[in-house]
Amino acid sequence: MSAEPFASAPYVVGESARPVTVPHIPAQELPAQELPAEESLCPVVSHDWVNDEYKHLVVEASPKALTVTPGQFFNLLCPSPDVGELFFRRPQSVYRIDRERGQIEFLYKCVGRGTRGLATLEKGDELNMVGPLGVGFRLDPAWRQIVVLGRGVGIATLGPISQAAREGHVGVTAILSARNPDFVMADGFFREAGDVVSVLDTDGTSAVENVERILQSLIVQRLADAFFTCGSNRLFQLMKRLGKAHNIPGQVAMEQVMACGLGPCYVCVRTFEVDGKKELRRVCIDGPVFDMQEAVGW
Amino acid sequence: MVDMSVKIGAVTLKNPIMPASGCFSTDLAQVMDLNRLGALVAKTVSREFRTGNPPPRAAEVEGGMINSIGLPTKGIDYFLQHQVPDYKRFTPPLVGSISATTIEDFEAMARDVAKSAIDVLEVNISCPTRDPKGGNFALHEEHTYNVVKLIRATTDKPMWVKLSPNAGDVVAVAKAAERAGADALVVSNTILGLKINTDTFRPAIGNKFGGLSGPGIKPIIVRMVYQCAKAVKIPIIGCGGIVKVEDVVEYMLAGATAVMIGYLTFRNPTGMVAIIDGLEQWCAKRGFARVADLTGAMIDEAPMETFAAAAAPIG
Repeated sequence: MSAEPFASAPYVVGESARPVTVPHIPAQELPAQELPAEESLCPVVSHDWVNDEYKHLVVEASPKALTVTPGQFFNLLCPSPDVGELFFRRPQSVYRIDRERGQIEFLYKCVGRGTRGLATLEKGDELNMVGPLGVGFRLDPAWRQIVVLGRGVGIATLGPISQAAREGHVGVTAILSARNPDFVMADGFFREAGDVVSVLDTDGTSAVENVERILQSLIVQRLADAFFTCGSNRLFQLMKRLGKAHNIPGQVAMEQVMACGLGPCYVCVRTFEVDGKKELRRVCIDGPVFDMQEAVGW
Repeated sequence: MVDMSVKIGAVTLKNPIMPASGCFSTDLAQVMDLNRLGALVAKTVSREFRTGNPPPRAAEVEGGMINSIGLPTKGIDYFLQHQVPDYKRFTPPLVGSISATTIEDFEAMARDVAKSAIDVLEVNISCPTRDPKGGNFALHEEHTYNVVKLIRATTDKPMWVKLSPNAGDVVAVAKAAERAGADALVVSNTILGLKINTDTFRPAIGNKFGGLSGPGIKPIIVRMVYQCAKAVKIPIIGCGGIVKVEDVVEYMLAGATAVMIGYLTFRNPTGMVAIIDGLEQWCAKRGFARVADLTGAMIDEAPMETFAAAAAPIG
């Protein structure tokens, strides 16, 4: 695909998945290489259901999109699933980055109009993505063993950081929480990165007390230099409590209703607390990954 | 070559495309060259720190969006010390936008902000969401006159007054603002609305009511621009639901000298730049040497006799 920045038929509402005919921004006028993000049209390589609710989307990404780091997200212009229009983009974190093939993968749950519209994309269609956006996960070179704890679709967000840890020879223990075995997504992918512990609602192993026992055991075995979590407020609160008690640094990837995705609109705020003082931060530009001890809840 | 410049009183913009206050910040430099814009418009600032309204702060609706952000701000000191210099890294004129709850504070804010490096003072007397009752100065002719008059006496900075579509008689408010010394009018802020979530039976917005914006409101605001342009001599800046070049043309034909763009940036972050390029191409194709010639160019004849119109070709 073209590496030039373009803006999809940018001023025509409702033309989200159509191919671009005219690049509206002359490339020479735009200091494109200096800008960290762009609006790009990415062809769909494959798009398959992995169970009744989750879909796996692979797109061919622009060179700039491929600069995405673990925990960052794209703001997607989803096609409409019905006779109406969609007027907001939908933020979506990346599940896998394949720089060799030039592909970015998303794993998402069909829950509302945006994701149901996204699910209609077929191979060969183009997806309009703005990004990469936001502040992602950080890996401290001093960490030798990390623990990632994901629930439901939040597991997907922890994919790239697990991938990066493995590439950096950092050990990963992935605790994947889901309703039943069909919804433990991508455990094969996480097995490539490290040890996987699946906990389920169906056999009760996903109970917070049991996850706490697992985490305590990892702490005792010195397999928890840092915590990473996404997908459940209860599991986040658990990790935050244990992290505080054992002085283990942690990061949480959060979500919030979002509009612009770039900072100006102040729609996607969450509450944080530093030294007893509460403040609001924007998920889109201050996050979506935040310090676990400063985050209050989501 | 098309002359894309427009004059708003003493201020010349290199093109008529500006962001709407609250939909823009230097964060947009992540994806676009801010120096392309006709002007930069800062988010409205008030004297004290404001947390803003409870989330969810926005929701999608058919035709656009509804929002109630609640004017979060770090306050005037932070704005003057950090945000103004941050904006001044870029070349377009800077429009500083102010808000206050009392006429006295409005005057003091105007005095303090006008002393800074801003080029234009936007007086936001029309935010529908900072007051839970939806009230604001721009709903009333007399309140508008009083606050604008007082601010005019404190500063010679170009002053743009942002009106509310929620006023019963927006033309009367426009005339009051002109009489009180406004240099231009921004028409307009958002339309107060309510969206209810049919799953939860609760308002979709944390603050219950929100301001409606996006392409769905455009015909309403174009009509208001037309009416205000007929009633006042000062320039009008059209603001509401622009998503394409033709929308800008429409606002200008109705009487606007320039426009502000909000919602589109959320959908297409580089949309303003695309519209600047597209508007120039549109003018060239239609044989307009100056974009400013579009202002007020709507052909405004008395309606045809009905039988004659019904017998005429379409278009």
